[in-house]
Amino acid sequence: MKRFIGFVKKEFYHIFRDKRSLFILFGMPIAQIMLFGFAITNEINNVDIAILDHSKDATTKEIITKISASKYFSINQFIEKESDIEVVFKKGKVKAILNFEKDFTKNLITKKHSNIQVITDATDPNTANTISNYVNAILQNYLKEQNKNTTSAYQIVPQTRMVYNPELKSVYMFVPGVMTMILMLVSAMMTSISITREKELGTMEILLVSPLKPFQVIIGKVFPYIFLSIINAIVIILLSIFIFKMPVQGSLLLLGLESVLFIITSLALGILISTISATQQTAMMISLMGLMLPVILLSGFIFPISSMPVPMQVISNIIPAKWFIIIIKGIMLKGVGLQYIWKETLILLGMTVFFIGLSVKKYKIRLE
Amino acid sequence: MKQENVIHVENLTKKFGDFTAVNAITFDVEKGEIFGFLGANGAGKTTAMKMLIGISNPTSGKANVAGFDVFTNAEAIKKSIGYMSQKFALYDDLTVKENITFFGGIYGLTRKQINEKRCQLVEELGLQEITNELVGSLPLGWKQKISFSVALLHNPKIVFLDEPTGGVDPITRRQFWEMIYKAAHQGTTIFVTTHYMDEAEYCDRVSIMVNGKIEALDTPKKLKEQFKVKNMNDVFLKLARG
Repeated sequence: MKRFIGFVKKEFYHIFRDKRSLFILFGMPIAQIMLFGFAITNEINNVDIAILDHSKDATTKEIITKISASKYFSINQFIEKESDIEVVFKKGKVKAILNFEKDFTKNLITKKHSNIQVITDATDPNTANTISNYVNAILQNYLKEQNKNTTSAYQIVPQTRMVYNPELKSVYMFVPGVMTMILMLVSAMMTSISITREKELGTMEILLVSPLKPFQVIIGKVFPYIFLSIINAIVIILLSIFIFKMPVQGSLLLLGLESVLFIITSLALGILISTISATQQTAMMISLMGLMLPVILLSGFIFPISSMPVPMQVISNIIPAKWFIIIIKGIMLKGVGLQYIWKETLILLGMTVFFIGLSVKKYKIRLE
Repeated sequence: MKQENVIHVENLTKKFGDFTAVNAITFDVEKGEIFGFLGANGAGKTTAMKMLIGISNPTSGKANVAGFDVFTNAEAIKKSIGYMSQKFALYDDLTVKENITFFGGIYGLTRKQINEKRCQLVEELGLQEITNELVGSLPLGWKQKISFSVALLHNPKIVFLDEPTGGVDPITRRQFWEMIYKAAHQGTTIFVTTHYMDEAEYCDRVSIMVNGKIEALDTPKKLKEQFKVKNMNDVFLKLARG
């Protein structure tokens, strides 16, 4: 036990004396969560729009007021002719233009029908889509208010309710993903680098000649990272609760235990990587290409798995991050207990056992 | 009084597939002896040494180190030997003091023993000024001396030195060999590989490996007589060129 403490102490010296690893350990998680939380977002807020109003009558004025009163849009300018549309879009600031047809109110009364053209800048398709949905919603709303007094034949009014994330905040989607990514990065990459560093420096040989058993060396090396990963997980959860007001609906204890499980999965992967790579450089490349990319692209973190082509969907099953994201989304957003996520937990557990078994086998071979 | 053998090797062989790296070597090393293990690069000395220190399994043969069998009792061997490799065994980002504490710790020394040893070391090597310096900032010669002392921390019966003096100046090498003599005088057996033939002259006995086999084994004096040459360098060249 005393040997173990001595070993862990040495590992902490390594970590705290290396500015680069310190930065990856503590700077990265905070930077990532801030980046994803604030900068990268699907929400629209104060989008600049322009108005081309051919009627300039009571109804159009009312609608324009309604739109500019919403927090989603701010009216950047009024334009006078069709040919300006192109010009305004090309300047790039305005993302949408509302084009009211001539005799808007008159048509509404006589023909019971008038048109607004919503033109959006679809260079960013997601935003364009969201904008047109929002404009639609505002118009529907306006219409409903107007029709309150008049009795129309019948009406179907869809009552949409977005459960688990009523305000459609993108941070709800990013926090679980970022947490997964950080835990993976810290646990797998940092451990594989720190183990290969000993190999590169030749100190691993010294450790193996010492009475320490190989598994003691490995446990001694990964232990500090378990500890640091847990701290990172806590920091990320606290940031998301207090800065992004993202609630944790389910049990914090369960969330903690599942995170520890995933940390161990990642560590096992890190050890596996270290057994197959001779240098720190290789370990880093394998971690980045082999772990980070799949986490970002295939885990459902950013791109929904259900909309991937079938082969990709199949491949995504072997990515531990996919299961962990399902688990923590369940706990954080839906507040589910173990009875809903035992299957995912079991899969993760199985993967962990597999990776540990494989690396133990590999590690022995290396010693021969 | 009959001398005690601390290393006994008989027909020890290591094969990697079809390639025989170490081919049935046989030798004994006596307690307190400085045993030079010579050979050109690729002659198999490092492989042979790795089998003796328990990090590589022999293919066949017999080997007994410090009273334990390398096949069945490699773990016990590890407790009774010290090892210093050609790449330096110390951590550059730890101070001298932290390195000593760490290595003492993994060999199971108590805190008290470590402190005593450290004070003794600081005294002997004159490290007072640098105990709290990072090892990475020290000159190579210092690293080597400290490295050797660290390998001796747990009073091993045998110390294995794998090309310990690569890349240092003659004065430091001289001082290093003085340390080796001192350790040998205190009863520690020294098993050393080297490229420097002048160092071979310092050894009590030397063996010369060529292509996986031990081609010569005797005191430097007798070897020179046997090959009718003036120095070890010529002995080595005669053997290595075959």
